[in-house]
Amino acid sequence: MDKSGYYGQFGGAFIPETLNATLWQLNTAFAEVKEDSSFWTEYETLMSTYSCRPTPLTYAENLSSHFGGPRFYIKREDLNHTGAHKLNNVMGQGLLVQRMGKNRVIAETGAGQHGVATATMAAKLGYSCTIYMGEVDVARQRPNVFWMQQLGATVVPVKDGARILKDAINEALRDWSTNMDTTHYVLGTACGPHPYPEMVSYFQSIIGMEARNQILSQAGRLPKRIYACVGGGSNALGVFSGFLEDSSVELVGVEAGGEGLETNKHASRLAYGHGSVGVAQGYKTYFLQDEDGQMLETHSVAAGLDYIGVSPILAAYHEEKKIRFEAATDKEVLEATRLVMRMEGIIPALESAHALAGAFREAPQMNADDVIVINLSGRGDKDIFTIADALGDATWKSFIATKAEEYSA
Amino acid sequence: MLEDYIWRKKKERDILIMAHMVVGYPSIEESLDLVRTIVAAGVDLMELQIPFSEPIADGPVILKANQTTLSSGLRVDDCFRFAHQVTNEFDIPFLFMTYYNIVFKRGEERFFAEAREAGIRGAIVPDIPPEEGESYMAAATANGIDPIFVLAPTSSPQRFDYLGRFGSGFFYCVARRGVTGAETHFSVELDEFLQRCRKATQLPLALGFGVSSKEEIEFLRGKAEIAVVGSQALRVLNSDGIGAVGSLFRSLR
Repeated sequence: MDKSGYYGQFGGAFIPETLNATLWQLNTAFAEVKEDSSFWTEYETLMSTYSCRPTPLTYAENLSSHFGGPRFYIKREDLNHTGAHKLNNVMGQGLLVQRMGKNRVIAETGAGQHGVATATMAAKLGYSCTIYMGEVDVARQRPNVFWMQQLGATVVPVKDGARILKDAINEALRDWSTNMDTTHYVLGTACGPHPYPEMVSYFQSIIGMEARNQILSQAGRLPKRIYACVGGGSNALGVFSGFLEDSSVELVGVEAGGEGLETNKHASRLAYGHGSVGVAQGYKTYFLQDEDGQMLETHSVAAGLDYIGVSPILAAYHEEKKIRFEAATDKEVLEATRLVMRMEGIIPALESAHALAGAFREAPQMNADDVIVINLSGRGDKDIFTIADALGDATWKSFIATKAEEYSA
Repeated sequence: MLEDYIWRKKKERDILIMAHMVVGYPSIEESLDLVRTIVAAGVDLMELQIPFSEPIADGPVILKANQTTLSSGLRVDDCFRFAHQVTNEFDIPFLFMTYYNIVFKRGEERFFAEAREAGIRGAIVPDIPPEEGESYMAAATANGIDPIFVLAPTSSPQRFDYLGRFGSGFFYCVARRGVTGAETHFSVELDEFLQRCRKATQLPLALGFGVSSKEEIEFLRGKAEIAVVGSQALRVLNSDGIGAVGSLFRSLR
């Protein structure tokens, strides 16, 4: 028997038979492009002319002196087109769709960043596009819903289950098994059945390749630590992949601590030790689930991290202790967001601010001349409503109230 | 084993009917009534679905029933107790239908040992393909439970050959792409699919997904041994109650 796509005991392809043929097709297409060096060149050219690759690595001088060290370097995926690392994976898969000859793409989205990226790719490459998004996330990430629709995508609010990211994935899988002849499922993170974890990491590895060159040329040495937020894990795998062979570099994944460990209102599968091994959504990994194997409700201020599972590749690195996992609470994340806005003039996505919060917590224990890299996976414009609410901004509230009156007049 | 039962039954009637229900929906008591009603209506086999929070192969009707039972607090233990009760009371084979995580979390060996004690005869788990299911199949078989595998219209000829080597009891043939509950065209294409299935295996064939009327069951006579009626029964249950489900199954004969 052929079991492929395993990372230690994690991964695999646990899928209904109907999807076997289309996953086979995807495996074949992906295997071909990996062997074809002209494909990566085509991909890099597209990303440097359509998107903003390479994204800069910014030395955050004010933060560095605020904490008295370490020296903070921020990898600016917020400056990638559509405002997050998501487009790296999406454009790669978009080129694969051309090779497979399909004309429709579907995707799940939590924060809406992956949805916006997919809608953007579909507009650029000429595919029809449907985005599945949990009803709860539709409400909390409304600006991204607006943009997906303006880009020509149909956004379907998912009203089943917990009405968040996992439910959007289930619904996308159902659509795919119905329309697989014409449709490619652009899964947004390094989860799901093989080959998605490998394929998504492959396209996101562009972050780590750039970051390694940039830190060597700017700081003159490798960093002591790298921090990345971890929902499904694609931005973390992207940046970490550039440093996996460097044993001196410590890799730190920061999960969503929500309201904290003791409240059970969080989305930390690994750091809090609440996850257990299971099989769902096509793959085996650590899930937040009960004794029966029913998935639990998760919580995070950041919709993009509010997810039950984690990349099987990260689960394997966790077991091998190649990556250390921490969690940052909603409260820490909002404080980190405020600090980086004021000190560096950078508005981080709430997801990405988890990486900042993790680094800020550990900064006092580091030396002044230590070098660290934080992967800022996306920008925070989309979070304007959530951040304004969290900060209790009175002028914003009155603006919204006035706007609402205008609309209802 | 299920295979013998099916061939034996086939001598009495030209097509068997397998009913599907979600354990604990709308409540444990009512689902017990439902089994009683469906068995009295003359079905030949029955699938008991253990609810799962992420049922990716199910469409909206069965999905909602899964969610309702889970939010009512139904546990997997309750499903085993329920199975025990119905297999004691009724003389048709019962199968578990669920998703792999339910089996995995309980432990494959324990799941099947307990299923055997509960009188269960087969298991339909749509998200465990044979590639991933070596220990799953071994645990099922060791406990005298048939692991049922799925054949789909999208499967390639090579895939049919491969799948044909596994499974026991019967093959579950899905009539079309997609998930449970949507409409199926009973067409030449479906004929051809069933012919491909027949070539791939000596085992009986069950045809499911979208079977909802007597005409459709007529169509399947001579082409499949078993017609599976799932979402349609659940729709009737939701709109007209348990008695109407009994009428539905009687009308299919």
